[in-house]
Amino acid sequence: MTWEKLFPLLWESTLETLYMTFASSLIAYVIGLPLGVLLVITRKGAIMEAPTFNTILGVVINFLRSIPFIIMLALLFPVTRAVVGTAIGTDAIVFPLIISAFPYIARMVEGSLDEVDHGIIEAAQSMGSTNWQIICKVLLPEAVPSLINGAAISITTILAYTAMASAAGGGGLGALAITKGLNLRKFDVMYSASLLLVALVQIITVFGGRITRRLDHKHR
Amino acid sequence: MLSQETHPLIEVRDLRKVYSVPGGEVIALDGINLTIEKGQIFGIIGMSGAGKSTLIRCLNKLDTPTEGQVLIEGKNILAMGKKDLLATRRRMAMIFQQFNLLMQKTVARNVRYPLEIAGVPAKQANERVMELLKIVGLEEKANAYPAQLSGGQKQRVAIARALASDPEVLLCDEATSALDPMTTQSILALLQKINQELGITVVLITHEMAVIRQICSKVAILDGGRLVEEGSVDDVFMHTKSAAGRRLFGILPEQEEIPAQPAIRIVFDSTSADQPIISKLVKEIDIEVNILSADVRQLNGKSYGQMMIARPENPVEVKRVMDYLRDAGMTVEEVHS
Repeated sequence: MTWEKLFPLLWESTLETLYMTFASSLIAYVIGLPLGVLLVITRKGAIMEAPTFNTILGVVINFLRSIPFIIMLALLFPVTRAVVGTAIGTDAIVFPLIISAFPYIARMVEGSLDEVDHGIIEAAQSMGSTNWQIICKVLLPEAVPSLINGAAISITTILAYTAMASAAGGGGLGALAITKGLNLRKFDVMYSASLLLVALVQIITVFGGRITRRLDHKHR
Repeated sequence: MLSQETHPLIEVRDLRKVYSVPGGEVIALDGINLTIEKGQIFGIIGMSGAGKSTLIRCLNKLDTPTEGQVLIEGKNILAMGKKDLLATRRRMAMIFQQFNLLMQKTVARNVRYPLEIAGVPAKQANERVMELLKIVGLEEKANAYPAQLSGGQKQRVAIARALASDPEVLLCDEATSALDPMTTQSILALLQKINQELGITVVLITHEMAVIRQICSKVAILDGGRLVEEGSVDDVFMHTKSAAGRRLFGILPEQEEIPAQPAIRIVFDSTSADQPIISKLVKEIDIEVNILSADVRQLNGKSYGQMMIARPENPVEVKRVMDYLRDAGMTVEEVHS
């Protein structure tokens, strides 16, 4: 394929990949971040102790996390159709991406918040902080560098999921590599699309790491 | 919170704390009764595992006791609603062994935190922050992050932060245990200054006798979850009754508590320690004195200590020795083997 023909394909697919990745990441964070907070604060001995709720939430999250994305995509077809209006195409793929990503994100957030020293929470309690103040002014701000680092990892994971979009008629670099590359034996398309995916993952990882280091005042 | 009746600032009644552990229970606190008056620097000392950390954490309900009451000016903190509890905690600031500063915030933001959560306007809060940093001598570090500070500086920031809410009480949970001796001295001096100049009552727990000696007016000794001794530091030091007390004060190691032979224990206080009392005894009563052990040390600039001498075999001589020493102003007792 000539470069003149290849370039628009790659460009369009990159935009589709970025759209799927960031739209679903954003919405998955809106759901996953509060759930991650809940996982931490309802634990035994934590500020809003509720062990039964914590156990149930943990089981549900683990259940959702254990379903492979390609299976989730198929299982959710009827739900996706009901929510998005269609079950195929680039827009439709965002919905199952969110459902697959938010439990993962909840666990990532939980891990980040766990790194906050319990003593700091106690100090905040001793100063007469409400639970809401502890969450918003202590727990989350103290975890910001780790949360950013976790976000970079989550986004690259979701980026990898988008490569399976072709299974539901979606676009993006993964679909390009498979449908117009592998299936048509056009290896230049396949390799260039794959290399771009690798490059995107690298860029997100490097940026995530850089922001994390810039924001972290604890380890400097 | 100003009440007409005169309630002590902090009163602890029949406090018990029992932890369940796999296969049984651990009694951390076993019937503690304690009264802390306004203006005191009250030290609670004990070996690790004695329950002192649990006790101080019960005072602001960071730990919830199993039984008993903690009265703050007559009001039971354990029975308070959420709102009253938070308000009471703001009057009882706390500092910690590990400082517990917000690591992602500057020194100034750390000190401002209590003002932020109390809704103090930004401009007013910032002025107060600089005042507080001046008190602890860290104005020039306002924009530094805690990770850039030494341990002593971190504890100063924690103290400034604790003072931000204008507390009446400062609870110190092993506040100097992570610091070197020099830094400990300066932090203790700061606590003393806060007590004297701002009139803030200080409650501190420690396992170090030096801390108690240097700044406390009252001391309570905790051993195995029980309060074994309590009183003014001078009193408790001079007339140590409990085994735990003697161990902590280093007056008499426990293994030496029962001497190998009948003995007389002589306790020196500030008036007598300078006198060459033993040589006088030998000269004036004309008996041989066999010193078994002796330990005299400084406390608040006075000399205290005790000495064990072998008890003469003749009961008449025993009486003469004891009478002579009592006349010289010393506390004397017979110790049986």
